[in-house]
Amino acid sequence: MAKDNQVLEEITSKEYEHGWSVDLEADESPKGLTEDTVRFISKKKQEPEWLLEWRLKAFRHWLKLEEPKWPNVHYPQINYQDIIYYSAPKKKVAPNSLDEVDPELIKTFEKLGISLTEQKRLSGIAVDAVIDSVSVATTFKDTLSKLGVIFCSFSEAVREHPELIKKYLGSVVPMTDNYFAALNSAVFSDGSFCYIPKGVRCPMELSTYFRINAANTGQFERTLIVAEEGSYVSYLEGCTAPMRDENQLHAAVVELYAMKDAEIKYSTVQNWYPGDKEGKGGIYNFVTKRGLCAGDHSKISWTQVETGSAITWKYPSCVLKGDYSMGEFYSVAVTNNYQQADTGTKMIHIGKNTRSRIVSKGISAGKSQNSYRGQVQVMKRATNARNFSQCDSLLMGDQCGAHTFPYIDVENSSARIEHEATTSKIGEDQIFYCLQRGIDEEAAVALIVNGYAKEVLNQLPMEFAVEAQKLLALTLEGSVG
Amino acid sequence: MSTTTSDIDLKSKIAKAFEAHPDHQNADRKNALAGFLKMGLPTNKSEEYRFTPVARLLEKNFDFDKVSPAESNLTSIDSFLIPGLEANVLVFVNGRYSKSLSTVVSSAKEIQITPLSASDAKTLTTSTDSFVLLNSALWHDGLSIRVPANTNVELPVFILHVSDASSNQSVNHTRLQVTVENDSSLTLIERSASIGENPIFHTFVEEIKIAEKASLDYIKIQNDEGKLHQVATSLIRQADNSILNTFTLTLSGTLIRNNFNIAVDGENCESHFYGLYLLNGNTIADNHTVVDHLKPNSHSNELYKGVMDEYAKGVFNGKIFVRPHAQLTNAFQSNRNILMTDTATINTKPQLEIWADDVKCSHGCTTGQLDEEALFYLQSRGIPMGEAKAMLLYAFAMETLAPIKNETIKNYLDTLISKRLNRLDATK
Repeated sequence: MAKDNQVLEEITSKEYEHGWSVDLEADESPKGLTEDTVRFISKKKQEPEWLLEWRLKAFRHWLKLEEPKWPNVHYPQINYQDIIYYSAPKKKVAPNSLDEVDPELIKTFEKLGISLTEQKRLSGIAVDAVIDSVSVATTFKDTLSKLGVIFCSFSEAVREHPELIKKYLGSVVPMTDNYFAALNSAVFSDGSFCYIPKGVRCPMELSTYFRINAANTGQFERTLIVAEEGSYVSYLEGCTAPMRDENQLHAAVVELYAMKDAEIKYSTVQNWYPGDKEGKGGIYNFVTKRGLCAGDHSKISWTQVETGSAITWKYPSCVLKGDYSMGEFYSVAVTNNYQQADTGTKMIHIGKNTRSRIVSKGISAGKSQNSYRGQVQVMKRATNARNFSQCDSLLMGDQCGAHTFPYIDVENSSARIEHEATTSKIGEDQIFYCLQRGIDEEAAVALIVNGYAKEVLNQLPMEFAVEAQKLLALTLEGSVG
Repeated sequence: MSTTTSDIDLKSKIAKAFEAHPDHQNADRKNALAGFLKMGLPTNKSEEYRFTPVARLLEKNFDFDKVSPAESNLTSIDSFLIPGLEANVLVFVNGRYSKSLSTVVSSAKEIQITPLSASDAKTLTTSTDSFVLLNSALWHDGLSIRVPANTNVELPVFILHVSDASSNQSVNHTRLQVTVENDSSLTLIERSASIGENPIFHTFVEEIKIAEKASLDYIKIQNDEGKLHQVATSLIRQADNSILNTFTLTLSGTLIRNNFNIAVDGENCESHFYGLYLLNGNTIADNHTVVDHLKPNSHSNELYKGVMDEYAKGVFNGKIFVRPHAQLTNAFQSNRNILMTDTATINTKPQLEIWADDVKCSHGCTTGQLDEEALFYLQSRGIPMGEAKAMLLYAFAMETLAPIKNETIKNYLDTLISKRLNRLDATK
């Protein structure tokens, strides 16, 4: 018992575990955003002419757009001229082996619990780590390349596989898609690229780790995953950032492209710095994620655990173009203190016999606002489309809010669409039962919340599931009583 | 034929129509007009009218500067009444209250009916809905219906809007104020009807107050075969221990938009909203409901069902708000749809916004088709396909009639629904 208390105390005194920053010497672009900034970034990355043109086109389009106002979130106007758009840890000339990586960097990752060397070799996950704006190291490259799997940083892919990048960049999320996608297309600095050749089942989990380190920077990375016919890949994404008083912007784009019979499983544990208890600071997480089931019988599955960020604005979506293709979305979004989340998914049924499933679990505590916003669209030709959506909200305390905005648009008479949503709180009888069994209130809440979110957590790969459970408990600490 | 006009053109036409209005010097009307001109007609960019092309249809079909003819040759309204139902009948013809066609049977002790004055529009001049503002600026005629305390009005009040579009298009705006005082009860029926082939545009705004322990049954029948474009807005406020039952039946019309805004501003209230839309042809029916729980311990229940056939389009948006402090609220909402053809569309958005933690709220929404096994079963028993379909649809639809207590009205609605469903299968 005494030991338990100690453990709990340890947990409850924790605020944000990843709130440190490391003094990495950084190579930064000047503040502000003009065409020159775009050129600067492109030049830094030694990019080919066509990519620069593509960026400029996106930038010019971005100038014409207005920031979206429809999400159910509130924040002061972002000054896009006050952001550093490119920040790279210095001393980096494409490391060939880990020995060449800046020792400070390795320390950073050890702090994060990501050892780029041994640990991951044991757990068998290939990691691509992105600090601030650039990818710093990718592990397990050789093993993967034997199978023909390409897993590298985005800039490396631009250099070595320009034909693939040219073909697929912007094919799922066009640069004109929305305000933040256009911004990202103009100034994206790095990211991960992954290509799984025909018939290959990727033998290990691939993972990207994002971290914003420098102050005043925005992070704009791009992830592109292409799964050829009959291939399979499971991809993990994790994020952390230091504690800083000002808000930082993270506007990423993730594109998934699944051919015939291919399957992509994309899992995210998002734990950006959420701001302090008074709602000061924190990351604005404005992300565009979309997957295209281009071929028949393809499948894309999104799983997300959203615990961090001051504001989350993201809708991982599936465009079900191929016949018999399938889209899934599993989400747990937790908000506490002054966090705001507006998240959900879009399932666009275009092909015949397409299926989609949405399970969204929102948990709001403190003074936070948590919204689910989703769309299920069945096009005219999408016969026998099937969708099941479930979005539940759990409220803890009487000062938070839970909102549900589902759009269901059907143009085909053979579609079967079901949507259900509930809102409730943790039952007093449930808590009482736990107390009776000697489980204190805090632990009881963690237990009940984990049970509530189980359906989603089960979808996560093992290592992530453990982390996610801990995160849930941590985010909600102090929200009872 | 009139061509599509620009928004500015339309606004100036409406401003011109306003100048011709006899009461255009009224300050409240002026405010409302200014508000409307600022806002204009809602386009598909507006979240509340996203799926309903109301601006396009109005611009295409109406000359707003031509004031509609107040005169009508209408002499009998018998065909619009519910057979066998004794009721207080209040008739509006082209937006004007017609005393000669109306009949009030109940005594003045039971029910007080007086004309509305312009100052009664005051509270609505700051609305954020274009059509409420337009109505506030341009309404011709309105009535106030008041049921005094401790009165049970036995005979229903039947409100009939007749638009006579036989010689020219008809544009009219009417309004209504209903107050049901403490411990009283009332049944209200509202119906729109038309004569003639020309297009009709009708806005209707009503404010309803249900005082403590009072109850209101409200039935809306929308089965006019004319070219009716209607935007009806009902603003209802419930006080402690009050009961509200509504039923909206939409069968035809060009474009029907119903806004139900219910503020549950009392404890221990009960609210039941039922709706049924059986659409065919090119009909667009749009039901927007808002149930706003402001006080604790109330219960609301909503069920809307729809069958879309041919080229019809159904839109449903149900909002449930549970404000902070409205603890122990139970709010349920369900929307079920059947699409009969691939050219029919349904856009539905059941929306929950909750700011209180100790509540039970849920919503469900489905879109599907008739159960093939059920159809097969009926066919295997010798029932032809068309009849079997009508049978299943009838069963699907009937659930929404549950809250109607008056047998005569219920039977009448039942006939309307059966007639529609049988016709529906005859086309197959």
